[in-house]
Amino acid sequence: MQDTEKPPVADWATDFDHTHPDYAARAPEIWDELRDTCPVAHTERFGGAWLPTRYEDVAAIANDCEHFSSEGVIVNFWKPEGLAPTGYAPPITADPPFHAISRRILLPAFSPKAMEKWEPATRAVCNELIDEILATGADVVDAAEQYAQHIPVRVIAEMLGLPAGDGDIFRGFIHRILENPGGDFALNYEDTLDYYLDKVIQDHKQNPRDDLIGFLLNAEMEGQPLTEPHIRGTVALLLIAGIDTTWSAIGASLWHLSQTPSDRKRLVDDRSLFPFAVEEFLRFYAPVTMARIVAEETEVGGQKLGKRDWVLLPFPSANRDPEYFERADEFVIDRERNRHVAFGLGIHRCLGSNLARMELQVALEEWMKRIPEFELADGDGVRWSTGQVRGPRTLPVRILQNEAAN
Amino acid sequence: MRIKLDSEKCQGHGRCYSLAPSLFESDDEGYAVLIGGEGNERDVPAEHEREARLAVDNCPEFAITLD
Repeated sequence: MQDTEKPPVADWATDFDHTHPDYAARAPEIWDELRDTCPVAHTERFGGAWLPTRYEDVAAIANDCEHFSSEGVIVNFWKPEGLAPTGYAPPITADPPFHAISRRILLPAFSPKAMEKWEPATRAVCNELIDEILATGADVVDAAEQYAQHIPVRVIAEMLGLPAGDGDIFRGFIHRILENPGGDFALNYEDTLDYYLDKVIQDHKQNPRDDLIGFLLNAEMEGQPLTEPHIRGTVALLLIAGIDTTWSAIGASLWHLSQTPSDRKRLVDDRSLFPFAVEEFLRFYAPVTMARIVAEETEVGGQKLGKRDWVLLPFPSANRDPEYFERADEFVIDRERNRHVAFGLGIHRCLGSNLARMELQVALEEWMKRIPEFELADGDGVRWSTGQVRGPRTLPVRILQNEAAN
Repeated sequence: MRIKLDSEKCQGHGRCYSLAPSLFESDDEGYAVLIGGEGNERDVPAEHEREARLAVDNCPEFAITLD
């Protein structure tokens, strides 16, 4: 279904649609309204789904694996059934006890120490992109299309051992799966993510390499090699989860900076502010809304949730709850008390959080170093993504001052 | 001042060892470890009090407390 064909939403409390262009355009306002008045919204769309908006409710669900299953994490017309406890893409789609076993395999590869070695490569990618942008000599550039979207693609492709030139193919999969979920059914098998992944996994088997796919091919779980669907699902997860999420965070941060000269100045004047600024960008512009399927009937925020209903977990809404954060509706670049939940809570805490933080900080540092002064060129030209990952997909900015040579 | 880490609550967000590297480090999987802790608690010398507060105030799982 095309975005334009979605029926209009009359009432966000009883008929919400997170895949609607109106939601993309004004989600933060919608969360604020619902949090004050609802606070757990419902829709009959997608076969029945809930949208809690308070921190308290979102946190309670994230921490409750008994009543909520991760079998389905992308709310769409197709609801996975009978896939628990592994799901399609473990560990994100896995439930206990399989979840912990499948997650543990991956944790060392995504530890802060493991991420350190990718920092120089990330910096190099950012500078190459800025070189290309400045070489065009254009005043107005698209910070999402020409910068943000390429950074996580190139880094995760290198980590997985996939061709860097396949970026457009990855983004095609992501658009279908995350922005237009359920749309895969009409595809030829040769055009699916599964087909692509089977091909690259076979290639890794024939030509063993020291990368993440090679690591998964050699990994063991309770003394046994991982099954092919497990490996394929995990690679799908790393590819999909690692790209448009960070791309969205980088884009939203630059969108903010393009309109906030005082914050640009503070970052240029005091580089020690970056680690705090990154956390506040993550709080205020958290890209990811997760989801669960109700495993056992239960109550949240005074609403009775039926078995098999969808539940969205809008971490960005929790991050703006004034009951939980002081000055929740303000962006405070040096916020020192920041228990934000951009990466979720509980056992499903984002596995790639250390990678995402590194990429976001490096991307902002390098941009601010070389393009310290820029402004939003066309507010109407900014298009925010639909679905469960929120970020600007187009971001026209005018470069006011730059340093061409690094 | 004593700082305590509840390892049962830690999910490896990594805020404590980023903000308070004098007090916390990461294990191989990214979970927090209290440096020089007796069990899961230790005294905080005056020069590390700011780090200790940052660790407490930024743990999304409320796994760190100060007495």
